[in-house]
Amino acid sequence: MIDREGKVEITGAQILIESLLKEKVEVVFGIPGGPALFLFDEIYKSGLNFVLARHEQGAVHMADGYARATGNVGVGIFTSGPGATNTVTGIATAYMDSVPLVLITGQVMSTLIGQDGFQEVDITGITRPITKHNYLIKDVSELAKTVKEAFYIASSGKPGPVLIDLPGDVQRAKYQFDYPKEVDIRSYKPTIEGHIGQIKKAAKIINNSKNPVLYIGAGVVVSKAQQEVLDISLKGQIPTTNTLLAIGAYPYESELSLNMLGMHGTFWANKAVQAADVIVAVGARFDDRCTGKVMEFAKNADIIHIDIDPSSISKILKTDIPVVGDAKVILTQMEPYIEKKDRHEWIAQIKDWKSQNPLRYNTDDNKLHPQYVIEKLSELTKGEAIVTTEVGQHQMWAAQYYKANGARKFLSSGGLGTMGFGFPAAIGAKIGNPDKEVVVIAGDGSFQMNMQEMAVCIVNDVSVKVIVINNQFLGMVRQWQEMFYNRHYSSSCLAKRKSCPPKCNTPQYGKCPVYVPDFVLWAKSYGADGLRVSSKKDVVPSLEKMLASKNSFVLDVKVEQEENVFPMVPVGNSLDDMLIFHG
Amino acid sequence: MRHTISVLVENKPGVLARISSLFSARGFNIDSLAVGETEDPQTSRMTIVVKGDDSVLEQITKQLNKLIDVIKVSDFTDIKYVERGLALIRINAGKANRGEIIELANIFRTRIIDIASDSLMLEVTGDKDKLEAFIKLVSVYGIKEMCRTGEIALARGDNKRGE
Repeated sequence: MIDREGKVEITGAQILIESLLKEKVEVVFGIPGGPALFLFDEIYKSGLNFVLARHEQGAVHMADGYARATGNVGVGIFTSGPGATNTVTGIATAYMDSVPLVLITGQVMSTLIGQDGFQEVDITGITRPITKHNYLIKDVSELAKTVKEAFYIASSGKPGPVLIDLPGDVQRAKYQFDYPKEVDIRSYKPTIEGHIGQIKKAAKIINNSKNPVLYIGAGVVVSKAQQEVLDISLKGQIPTTNTLLAIGAYPYESELSLNMLGMHGTFWANKAVQAADVIVAVGARFDDRCTGKVMEFAKNADIIHIDIDPSSISKILKTDIPVVGDAKVILTQMEPYIEKKDRHEWIAQIKDWKSQNPLRYNTDDNKLHPQYVIEKLSELTKGEAIVTTEVGQHQMWAAQYYKANGARKFLSSGGLGTMGFGFPAAIGAKIGNPDKEVVVIAGDGSFQMNMQEMAVCIVNDVSVKVIVINNQFLGMVRQWQEMFYNRHYSSSCLAKRKSCPPKCNTPQYGKCPVYVPDFVLWAKSYGADGLRVSSKKDVVPSLEKMLASKNSFVLDVKVEQEENVFPMVPVGNSLDDMLIFHG
Repeated sequence: MRHTISVLVENKPGVLARISSLFSARGFNIDSLAVGETEDPQTSRMTIVVKGDDSVLEQITKQLNKLIDVIKVSDFTDIKYVERGLALIRINAGKANRGEIIELANIFRTRIIDIASDSLMLEVTGDKDKLEAFIKLVSVYGIKEMCRTGEIALARGDNKRGE
């Protein structure tokens, strides 16, 4: 079709797909449905690489895992109504962890919006607080420009998900395709370079400090500032701690590495933070899981906060020196002003804390402790595998014992804490990194929240390895119930049946009812491989077998049921008040 | 402390909802909100009156700025500005006190815009203090109905807006 000016006109659906191709989108995750069918007809014709998920939440987590593992924007296409609402948890997960996604939902005809038609839902209204931005397109002439903007907004500044709602008539309407080369949004100009005066002030405070600590978060990974962090930390001899989302961004073997801080952080990281006279936060947002009781957090420290998001600064605690901009750019600006230092007293103090209370669990007995499984996985893969986790105890053990060798190798739902994230995220990560080993460290509770996506692995030849740390419990819930609710195991036992005593709090393998599902049989029913491990001596051979497999694999590991995660800072406590493992 | 914030936004559908839902989602309290087109039909100006200490205001300003459709946020607290609100008030006004009310209305430079046998409707404009003083004065006659706009505000010409 040619318009009056002699330009070729194509449909809105075609414009969308052409736009995605212009953005070099390699893969799209999603599920079709009524008001998106015209669009899916174009997908059929276009040859776009579309991965059909089995649940929209799974699809969004796949796009999220793909984005976290590759650094590209993750893309999803869905239908209206329930298809759209099923994406909500996935979107909120990505929003909390600043993951760039562009999601397109079909919508009823724009002329029918507001009439409560079949599968109509106000998805832009629903997702407003959990997207960085969203659009409802009513005029096809705006489509190409909107897609361009969406990709720009999703991936620039502090990244995040952007949703485009596309009514059926707009998919069909015709317009010329003219993809904009540049984006200019007058109201959206992220600051990149840091204010040099602030940077000099920050450097001076760091140089004059005795006990500085670098505290790095996901922003370091987003801005690819790992090397700059390392340079500054080595030059100034500044011990460095990381958040859950920055695992792997700082080398473990360095004596300056403090590992993770916070609720289940290391003893020495929390001690160092509390004793610090300067905290240099880079791309981290003082989440409550990191700070513990905020009033008590690093009480004697000056807070320097480097972040691209001005609203992160002084949101939780008062920042002394804010520097707004891109972490990599700012650290590069700052490096010349950082003086070479020898802080051997401070580093010796940290070593001392580390030897007082290293990460540990009971290694004397022959029982199958979950930490052992993760430690062995870490050794066997040398930290080179991409590990994703679900949410709960296994996630914290993974954070403590899996030594990811580099950024983007440990993918976990941090802010929202979404059970059901890890497995689909692993599928997305594997699709983005077909040559890398991708392993899910799952809990038996979490895994069941999105295990239907195994079909996606099988039909697409995407090999994902799942280690189910199976304690037959919602383990973190059980741990809290043991510690703070008088061992009232209320609705946390996943083996519990009607025939059990209603107030049972004495789980025991062999005595408890048979656990369902049988993860091994279940895996085999999909065509994946499966293996069960119930004793410590079988762990390493089983892991080796799993890693050698070309097929997707479920390793069901029956671990100690009432193992707890230590150290632990109970909610509301200061980081000084850690519960420590006593063997 | 009471703050008057002026927010220049893109004149697009859904912008008002974005701003009002931001306030409720983050637990900020709005005293009043008024919105209308500016001299440029592509932008609207929202005048939002909020209560909060400095740290709350800092967060409100930053969170507003984070919204893609927000072009500029100005807190008028420390600059000279003019603020106006409008109220329509229907007051009980029988023969006995009608004269008295009209006299009061004149002193406050309000306009009488509707007269019925037992009531008067007044249009009163001014800043918040003036409106509240007037409402308090006429409430002794009995206010039958009242409707108020949120305050709107502009910086005075002798200082640059919000800078």
